[in-house]
Amino acid sequence: MSMRRVAVVGAGMTRFVRRAMETPKELAWHASRMALDSCGLTLNDVGGVCIGSAPDAFDGVHMKGEYLSDGSGAWGKPVMRSYVGGGTGVFLGPHGWYHVASGLFDVVLVVAEEKMSSFYPHAQAAFLTIFDHTTERPLEPNLLWIFALEMNRYMQTYGISKRDIAQVAVKNKRNAADHPCAMLGEANITVEDVLNSEVLAWPVQRLDVSPVSDGAVAIVMAAEGVAERITDRPVWVQGVGWNLDTAYWTNRDLAYPEYVERAARMAYEMAGVREPRKEIHVVEPYDPFDYKELHHLEGLLLADRGKAPELTAQGVTARNGAMPVCPSGGLLGVGNPITAAGLMKVAELFWQLRGEAGARQVPGTPERGLAQAWGDLMQVGTVTILGTQRPS
Amino acid sequence: MTHPVAIIGVGWSGFRPVTPDVSYKELIYEAAVRAYADAGVDPRRDVDSFVTVSEDFHEGTSIFDEYVPDQIGGAQRPVHTITGDGLHGLAAAVMQILTGRFRVVVVEGHSKASNILTLPHITAYALDPILNRPLQVNPLAVAALEACRYMHESGATREQCGAVVTKNRRNALRNPAAAYGADLRTEDVLASEVVASPLARLEISDHADGAIVIVLADAETARRLSPHPAWIRGIGWANDSPSLESRCWARAVYAERAAAMAYKMAGIGNPVEEIQFAEVDDTYAYKELQHLEALGLCAQGRAGPLTREGATAPDGCLPVNVSGGSLGVGHLLEASGLARVLEVVLQLRGHAGSRQLGDVYTGLAQSWRGVPTTSGAVAVLSNQLGGRES
Amino acid sequence: MTQRIASYPGTALSEEDIERGHVLSVHDQLRADYAWDAGLAIGLYLDGLKAGVILGVRCRRCDRTVVPPRAFCEQCFAPMDAFVPLADVGIVNTFSLCYVTWDVKRIVEPLIPAVIDLDGTSPPAGIMHLLGGVVPDRVHIGMRVRAVWKPARARQGAITDIRYFKPLRRG
Repeated sequence: MSMRRVAVVGAGMTRFVRRAMETPKELAWHASRMALDSCGLTLNDVGGVCIGSAPDAFDGVHMKGEYLSDGSGAWGKPVMRSYVGGGTGVFLGPHGWYHVASGLFDVVLVVAEEKMSSFYPHAQAAFLTIFDHTTERPLEPNLLWIFALEMNRYMQTYGISKRDIAQVAVKNKRNAADHPCAMLGEANITVEDVLNSEVLAWPVQRLDVSPVSDGAVAIVMAAEGVAERITDRPVWVQGVGWNLDTAYWTNRDLAYPEYVERAARMAYEMAGVREPRKEIHVVEPYDPFDYKELHHLEGLLLADRGKAPELTAQGVTARNGAMPVCPSGGLLGVGNPITAAGLMKVAELFWQLRGEAGARQVPGTPERGLAQAWGDLMQVGTVTILGTQRPS
Repeated sequence: MTHPVAIIGVGWSGFRPVTPDVSYKELIYEAAVRAYADAGVDPRRDVDSFVTVSEDFHEGTSIFDEYVPDQIGGAQRPVHTITGDGLHGLAAAVMQILTGRFRVVVVEGHSKASNILTLPHITAYALDPILNRPLQVNPLAVAALEACRYMHESGATREQCGAVVTKNRRNALRNPAAAYGADLRTEDVLASEVVASPLARLEISDHADGAIVIVLADAETARRLSPHPAWIRGIGWANDSPSLESRCWARAVYAERAAAMAYKMAGIGNPVEEIQFAEVDDTYAYKELQHLEALGLCAQGRAGPLTREGATAPDGCLPVNVSGGSLGVGHLLEASGLARVLEVVLQLRGHAGSRQLGDVYTGLAQSWRGVPTTSGAVAVLSNQLGGRES
Repeated sequence: MTQRIASYPGTALSEEDIERGHVLSVHDQLRADYAWDAGLAIGLYLDGLKAGVILGVRCRRCDRTVVPPRAFCEQCFAPMDAFVPLADVGIVNTFSLCYVTWDVKRIVEPLIPAVIDLDGTSPPAGIMHLLGGVVPDRVHIGMRVRAVWKPARARQGAITDIRYFKPLRRG
């Protein structure tokens, strides 16, 4: 069966801030309106809406997708909210893709919103409820635990140092200094700053971590034949992949994200990518913690196992390097309103591949980019590959 | 529209008011094993993608999709959650298959409602936190407001609503999976205590625990694997306004729109002629009437009288909720829409036991996400391609 | 994007804006109570903990023993019913020294969460628990540890019936 091709034709985003004045509906509306304006469409052109938002616990709003629906332009329309925890933002790529590729929709509005500041006194506490209610929650785990446990295992397995990892935080926060929506861009931050920051859950320190944030991002996706009428530079969805590992996370090898590899292989196969290190020109892997960018580059087969820190040290992953990684500034620099941060990565590819990324623009003329997110109990990988070439 | 997607396997466990003997994982595993045996597939080898439906606050766990893969055989496979009704999950699966990149996709939904000790509070957290929640009104009142306006505009009476209850709970007596079969009289319903007028206790469905797993496949795979594929001829879903301040209180606009989408896909111009039986949302008795009108299965204001006349009974001209509906089966939270689909599939296969309808080939399943939402979905299923003639 | 758009929506507030009432907010404390059915496998696990035993389960098809126990094998999808007692001794797979509580309160003495691979399981097959009775700086990956149980009369069939795991040798 021949597939119906799908393109991204517009994108919009709010600033990412620690605490937004706007309600979640208003944040979603701002991003949606911007995305539609960016490609000259109105809600009348939109057949369906895809929503992403992470735990309802942040807002204390049950069925948050329903609550967000009018702010996301879905009044009177088919709307569906997909959910794979932190992986949701990039999963909106596959989610929007299958809406359009199915033939049921010509144009969909894809909206990711997160308002973490509503949770009182701190959004971190909401994460207690992600742990197994019987076998883990009574231990009063902190979300930081699982990252610290994974980071420690990763470091031990490959002999990676904290200094190796801190370079990622420095790179991304510096990149973010060029992002107009960023909350943590710092042009002059150093590795020493990261290494001297407060220890939260060793080996995780304050500047290894992305902040809790509020914000929204939206993109517009359209079918072949429609997309070309909306813009002369559609950016095509070339591949999508997603994969969920077992919930028994303590029964897994924490040094390597196999679910990311499986999601990446699914997307590479669809995109016809055989040599990802040569064929992916700009990468936006998920970086809620600095070591995660490294971990994910390895899972994406863009670096050998345990060798991603070397690529960072050599400047390969710098914005002007051979394989720019997180030129946006990533979650570490732009901020981490969870699903919005994931969709921000897809939007960044859209802008980079159209040469519209301004001060963040990577050199050359990138033809293909990959965005990846990760979530749940270190468990899910989601991948969206965009490119300037229409898939054959 | 050709009919490239079919349901080739169904499995369920429950439905019971409480299930203290099994965890949610064990409940779902039982339904999954049945569904895979029914479809003749091995989930570890033959399934390309899994879709699950759940809402965090119904589980008491944030990011609940963490806990879904193992018991459906989905570990290390493409799995994702839709925070919607099971029919939204079914729609996601249909779309995936229609892309041409997936042959077999599984949908799972479940309810462990008995484990939620503060369910009315949880439901209230779906109200706008600034505008509505501070009023501290039981969310059931939202349904009562709608029932009041619906009855005012349509002329539906309390007796007609009572007839929905007696019909559905009596139907449930013939459904071994149903939790709330009963032989009631309309007077019993009308005499039950008023909870939020015009709604009385027996007009409100009780919750049940259970799990439902459904296996879908593309046409080629379905023909190869299944002796009795149930073809999904049309599927649609839609929202009205989520805000209490700007919605239509009389009509189920979401169901009108979802039905229009599904009928268009199915090529159905006159649903009264082409839909032989329906499983529709009856979370509250008036909802069955309101939904039948929204679905175009009868004229506005006619659902009540038709019900009183017995037209929607199993031996009537349009049998509705032969399974017992949510009133008789028990409300299954996000799995409720899948329970409607399950009955349509069993009827189309001729597997509905003592409640089997004679010679049916096209049925409709419809869901609503409950108060305070205006979110619903519709699926039209057929056991023959192209309806009766083909 | 950046060239064409002069300003982006989204208005940042400070703590002060809220404390001084420059913006208004509505507070609500959720009443979300649950009683989760443990079911067969985890029910047995909790019974075991109450009796001072850590119970695993064996998949005969996959020749694999895992903990916590489960009623089915997530790898081959067969039912599992070979519940087996495990030693309460294991090895630290990974750990953290955590200086904040679950609700982000700063603490001086760190909590030490760890993944512990229990003897008799098929690695990787650990459980998450806490380490105790050890100087934080001495904890290392590969350290052998043993469960320290609550007294039998204080155990109630919960993961917290094990107080923590401590080094087999003095750390």
